[in-house]
Formats: sequence, structure tokens, C-alpha cells
Amino acid sequence: MSVIFVLLPLALIFAAAAFGVFLWAALSGQYDDVHTPAVRILYDDEPAGRDDEPPGSAWGGT
Amino acid sequence: MSITEGAVARPRAAGELCAHCGLAVPLGVVEADAPRQFCCQGCRAVYAVIHEHGLDRYYTLRDSSGSASAPASPTGRSYGEFDDPGFQARNCWRTADGVAATELYLEGVHCAACVWLVERLPGLVPGVLEVRLDLPRSRALVRWDPAAVPLSAVARQLDALGYVPHPGRGLEARALRRREDRKMLARIGLAGAVAANVMAIAFALYGGAFGGMEPEYAALFRWASLAITVPSVIWGGGVFFRGAWAALRVRTLHMDLPISIGLLAGFLHGAVNTLRGAGDVYFDSVTVLIFLLLAGRYVQRRQQRAAADSAELLAALAPSAARLIEGGGVREVPLEALLPGARVEVRAGDVVPADGVIAAGRSALDLSLLSGESRPMGVGPGERVHAGTINLVSRLEVQVEKTGEDTRIGRLMKLVEEYGRRRAPIVELADRIAGGFVGVVLILAALTFALWAPVDTGRAVDHAVALLIVTCPCALGLATPLAFSAAIGRAARAGFLIKGADVIEKLTRPGRMWLDKTGTLTAGRAALLDWRGDEAAKPLAAAAEAHSSHPLARALVAALGPAPELAVTIAETHGGGIEGEVAGRAVVVGSPDFVAARVRFVPPEFARDVRDLSEAGLTPVLVAVDGAVAAAAGFGDPLRADAETALARVGDHGWRVGILSGDDPVVVAAVGSRLGLDRADCRGGVSPEAKLRAVRDEAAAGSVVMVAEAALAAADVFIARPGVAGVADLLDGAARAMKTVRRNLVLSLCYNAAGVALAMAGLITPVVAAVLMPLSSMTVIASSYRARSFTRVPDVSRSEAPPCR
Repeated sequence: MSVIFVLLPLALIFAAAAFGVFLWAALSGQYDDVHTPAVRILYDDEPAGRDDEPPGSAWGGT
Repeated sequence: MSITEGAVARPRAAGELCAHCGLAVPLGVVEADAPRQFCCQGCRAVYAVIHEHGLDRYYTLRDSSGSASAPASPTGRSYGEFDDPGFQARNCWRTADGVAATELYLEGVHCAACVWLVERLPGLVPGVLEVRLDLPRSRALVRWDPAAVPLSAVARQLDALGYVPHPGRGLEARALRRREDRKMLARIGLAGAVAANVMAIAFALYGGAFGGMEPEYAALFRWASLAITVPSVIWGGGVFFRGAWAALRVRTLHMDLPISIGLLAGFLHGAVNTLRGAGDVYFDSVTVLIFLLLAGRYVQRRQQRAAADSAELLAALAPSAARLIEGGGVREVPLEALLPGARVEVRAGDVVPADGVIAAGRSALDLSLLSGESRPMGVGPGERVHAGTINLVSRLEVQVEKTGEDTRIGRLMKLVEEYGRRRAPIVELADRIAGGFVGVVLILAALTFALWAPVDTGRAVDHAVALLIVTCPCALGLATPLAFSAAIGRAARAGFLIKGADVIEKLTRPGRMWLDKTGTLTAGRAALLDWRGDEAAKPLAAAAEAHSSHPLARALVAALGPAPELAVTIAETHGGGIEGEVAGRAVVVGSPDFVAARVRFVPPEFARDVRDLSEAGLTPVLVAVDGAVAAAAGFGDPLRADAETALARVGDHGWRVGILSGDDPVVVAAVGSRLGLDRADCRGGVSPEAKLRAVRDEAAAGSVVMVAEAALAAADVFIARPGVAGVADLLDGAARAMKTVRRNLVLSLCYNAAGVALAMAGLITPVVAAVLMPLSSMTVIASSYRARSFTRVPDVSRSEAPPCR
């Protein structure tokens, strides 16, 4: 039972990591527009597509 | 009203659809043998651009997304003002690597395929690095290399694709709001994560409370909960502490105050007991509370944001450029660069950019933005024109006298703003309750302590704190914002943009309602309302008028049905009327002066008819056959079919309706009397400034609402539906929303009363609190979202428009 002394802090560390990722996503604007990306993903890029573009930086840092 | 409103059938060719927008191509423009047909030049131009760049996939995508577009109308403007340094300083920003960025509002963005097409822009215009379209807000973020391409070229390309770009005004305010929204979301995330974890640990503690637990494990769980509760209380709960503190400093009571007291009492009590290693901890209640309250605030904010965004869209449509005439040439300059003394060109369809005097040209202006007057007004050289009016007919040259805020519309907007600021701040219903609430709770807590102190001081503190926690007005704090924001959201879907919760409350306190223009009550176009004289002259008049495009001529033809096949020779026609030969008889139809000049004399009974018709607010027209006056016809704007019932509904809500309009006083009086409105309440010929004054003066005496169609863009409610029926629906919805709010308040007060009783009896334990608090919140949430405050009304005008525009 004393393993709980290890497991509980460990679980909290995992939770903290997950929250850290969420914090980054929220503050960098990943949730600003939740409608358009759902539409955008439907279109496959053509072979000579737009892969030279930095991913997901669009609404950040404004 | 005996006149049926006949719909004008548009000629359509069977099977010929526009290659761009997919709408039927009118017969007249079908080109035989052409591989593709277009409904208009706009569509042809846009199709050419799309095809030339090999972007035909747009059409496949659009068809597969199941939406149709509308006919495209590129303006072909140069967008020179987009390159102006002043414009760029206001609307664009630079990122560190020399890349410029701006936000543009795009007209005509409507479906998924538009996202694809607009984001293809970097391939079309070299130098554009990235375009990201925010579909629900019609805003495009454009990043480009200013050294490689000017912004005007980007704008021209968007225009050529059929998406007319407008500068996205108010950038800083929006960026600030966006940062706030993101921070709020992060707070909710933290509060949610903490609440879930503390709850999981609390379950272990509850298990221990019932089944026994070794003290070292209990201590571990307590310390762990305390550790993760701290950030939630400080960062998440900080919102409420700050709100309460700010309110206290200005000596007012705010809902945040009882919330803060409850949160702090629960947290401090738990922290002390953790340190002591004995007693109850309420960390799970505290963290769940913070999470739910934050989520409630966020939802409320989002709804108000949506309404504000839509209002901003309207502002973005205002013109950003003027055509300056200079040294024989014309160039576009930003509106801000336009100075008094300059001469500008205003083409047909343009909005007049500044106040001034017409130097050359004749045209008709649509003044509805300024005065609400629905009829076009003819203007000529030497006459004064005002910014914000629309030039309808032909090119004008205007000598600019006043620009920007000095224009009449500019001053008016300022007046409106000042008036808005001067209004007493509406104290929200829940906040008013909060005042009494704080006092009562503190007294009860003191009472509880006093009752239990003789028994055991330690337990007395426990019970008093438990009371503070259970009465922390979670449901109360959620009840009002949730009910209001759910109502505002539903209202937006039903076509009402409501600016804030206080507006709903105001709408339920009846008073005086002014309608801005008769057009709200009428169909908005001329129709034949009265015919006095020879019935046999009707077909003759209709046959002659079929050859005129004058609005009254159209109304006559529409009322009398398709003209019989009579041989018609038109001899003369101009603004006043039409003269010709129909089936061998000489027919003259036109204004009394026009007809009087062409017949021997006008019999006195017809002269009287003409006078009667004028006095009734109708436009008189005489019909003469073979040189003798045969009939007098009266034209006017017929009432909307639903006007009378809608007005009755508005009256049922206790509102007294009147018309305060810039329209002709005679017309206003006529419309008012047809609807049974009090004569003194129907005032015509009122200037916008006078309207505002009237509203302001009456607002001091009681509730007053102005229903304006365009004039005062700063209105509290924007109704995207024609007619007064929308107003009646709005009042119905507001009344139902307020009912929901009251029900929520009663519900949460009941929960609090139960909580108080239990706490004073010493029966509140952490488990009871953990069950009672979420239960009360959930009831309130369910009650808010189930309320049918604004029902969706099938919109007739919508069904004619393309589906997703």
C-alpha cells in the first residue's frame, strides 16, 4: 500500500505535463478558431502542395 | 388593401446554369454555342481568373461541400489606399523577420471551398507567404513580404477572385480580447484538471472517513490535495478575488464578493486542518466551484463576443477610400488622407465619403443611413451631400467641406457614443441580490458560531465555515450569466444580435418604443392603393405603362396584371409620365402637372381626388384617354401583412409604439392612422439629431427603445429580419429569458436555504457539501439550456438567398 507514496506524486507529474501541453496550446491560439481547421483538413494538398509552410504558426504571436 | 403583391418572375433559360455561381442564366444573356454560360460579367471575370490559374478544383470542392455561391461582383478597384503608410500603420503589423501581416475582412466568403481558394493565394501572388481564413468570422490573416509585393496587389487579387477585401479595423482591441480569451481558457483548463484530481483524491478520503484509514495515508491525501489546490485558488480564483476587491474599493457589492468569501473560507479552513492533521477538508468543493464558475464566465463572454464581432463586421464595410480628383486624374486615397477643399469623384453605387457640395453631376441619393427616409432624393450641382449616403444613379463630383468626425454622420456617431456612456451602469440582477446576500450569509455564519460556541468552540468554527462554503453562491453566480448567454446565443441564431445581458433585462421593462422609419411597417415599395374613375381606362394605362421602367409604372402594371395585347405606340416619355397611342386611343398617364399640360382641362372632381390622395400620403397619378381625364390613381407603400398583428403583440407586452421618422410627415401620419396609432405619436420629418434628443429626454423618464434599421449603428440590438414582427419576437424571447433567470435564482436560493439549514444544524460534512454543490449547479445549467427563449422562425427572405451565404 505504501507504493501510493510513489504513485500519487507520479500521477500528479503526468497530470502537470498534460496541463503544460494544454497551456501551450491555449496560449498559442490553437483554440481561437475551432471551425475552419475542421474544414481545411478535408482538402488534400496537391502533390506540389504547401509543405514549405511552418505548421500552425499562423495565429500565434499576434 | 385590395392589391395583391405580385412577384416578378425572372426569365430563366431551361438548363442554362452559370458556370461560376451555378444560378440560372437569364435568357437575355445566354450566348448560343458558347461552351460556358455566365449569369453576369462579375461571374465571367471571376471564372476567368480561377480558370487561368488552374484552380478549377474550387468548383469540384464547392459542389462536394453541397453549397452554392452567389453571383460574384468584383469591384475592380485599385486598392491604392492599402499601400498608404498611414493605412499600414493602423491596420498592419511587422514580425521580426521583416514580414508584414494584416487582417482583412472578406466579403462573400461562405463555404468550405472558399477556404481552399483563398488559402491558395500564395501560389497566385508571389511574395504572399501565407493566408489563413477564419471562416466563421470571414477574416483572413495575410502574411506577405512587403519588399516583394504591395498589399494593394494582394487586395486586387482577392477582389478578382470575387472576395472584396475590407481592412479589418480595431486590430488592437481584437488582439487584446484574443489574449484575454486564451488566458481565460488556460485558467479553465487548470481549474478543470485540478478539480478532477482533487476529486479523485477526495474519493479516497471519503472511503477512509467511512471505512477507516491509517493516519499517514490520510495525511498524504490531504497534503497532495492542498498542493494542487493552491494554483487553482491563486490563478483561477484570482479572477473572483480581483473582481471582489475592485468592487469593494469603489464601495459596491458584486457577485464576486460572496464567491470570494466562500472560496477563501473553504480553502483556508482546509489548509489549517491539513496543517493540524485533523478536521474536515473541503478542497474538492472549492476546486469544482472554481472550475464551474470560470466555465460559466467563459461561455457568457463568448456569446457577447459573437454579438460584438458581428457588429464589427458592419463597421468594416464602411468605405475606406475616396476617389480624389487631382490634376486631371483620379486616384484613390485613404479616407483619413482626405482633406477639406479636395474634390472627389463619387460613382454610382459608391458611398459618399465626406460632407460637401456637388460641383458637377446630377444623381439620386439614398439617405436611409442618415435619415431613415426610404425614397431616393434627387440632387444637382450646388446642393449639399453628406457622408454615409449612397449615390444611386450617376457620377458626381463633390467639393469636400468636412471629413471624418466633423461630418454629420461622424458627429451623430459621437453623440450616440456619448449617450451610451452617460447611461447609468446597469447593475446586473444577480449583483443586486449579492448585496443583500453577503450581509445575510455573514449574519447567519455569526449566528451559527454563537449557537455552537457554548457546546464546543472548535465545532462552532467548523460549522460556521461549512455554512460559508455551502452558501458560496455557485448556482447564483452561474444562474444569471448562463441563462442570459444561452438566450443571447439562441437569439443570434434566430437573427437578433443582442449586445449584452442588461439589454434583455431592459426589454422586459416596457415603456416607449419608437420606430425609425415607416419602412419597418410597410412593404418598402410602391403599389397601387387607390383607383378613382373609369375602370375601362385600367388596361389602357397598364399597356402604356408596360413601356416605362418608372417604379410607379411597374407598380401599376403589377397591380393590373399583364397588359392585354394592344397595339402601343409611345410618343413621349419622361420623368413625369408617359404619352402614347394604345389600340388607337390617345393615352396619357403621369403626374397631375404632366397630364394637365396635355389635356384641355382637369375636371374639378379629379382635382379634388388628386388633393385627397396627396393628403392621404399617397402619390397621385392621372390617366387621360382621348384628351379627357378618365381616372385618378393613388400610389403608396402598402402595409406589411404582419404589421398589425405584430404591433398588437408589441402592445401586449406593454409597450407604447410611435413613429419617429425622417420620412415625409404626411406619409408617416397616413401609415400611423392606418395602424391605429395615436396621431401625436407619429412624427415625420425628424432629423437624426432630433431623434437622438427625443430618445435621450424620454430615457430620463422611463424605458425607451428605438427600433432603427440602419441609422444608429450603436444600437443595443440588431435585428436581421425585416418588419416589426421581428421586434415582437424579440420581446417574446426577452420575456421568456427573464423568466428563466428568475427561475434559476429561485432554484439556487432554495439550495442555499437548504445548505444553511443543514450547516446550522451541524450536519454539513465534506461529503454532503460535495453532493449538494454540483447538484445545484447542474440544475441551473440544465434549466438555462432547456429554456426556449428565442425560437427559430422560418425566414422567408433567407430561402431565396444562396444556402450558406
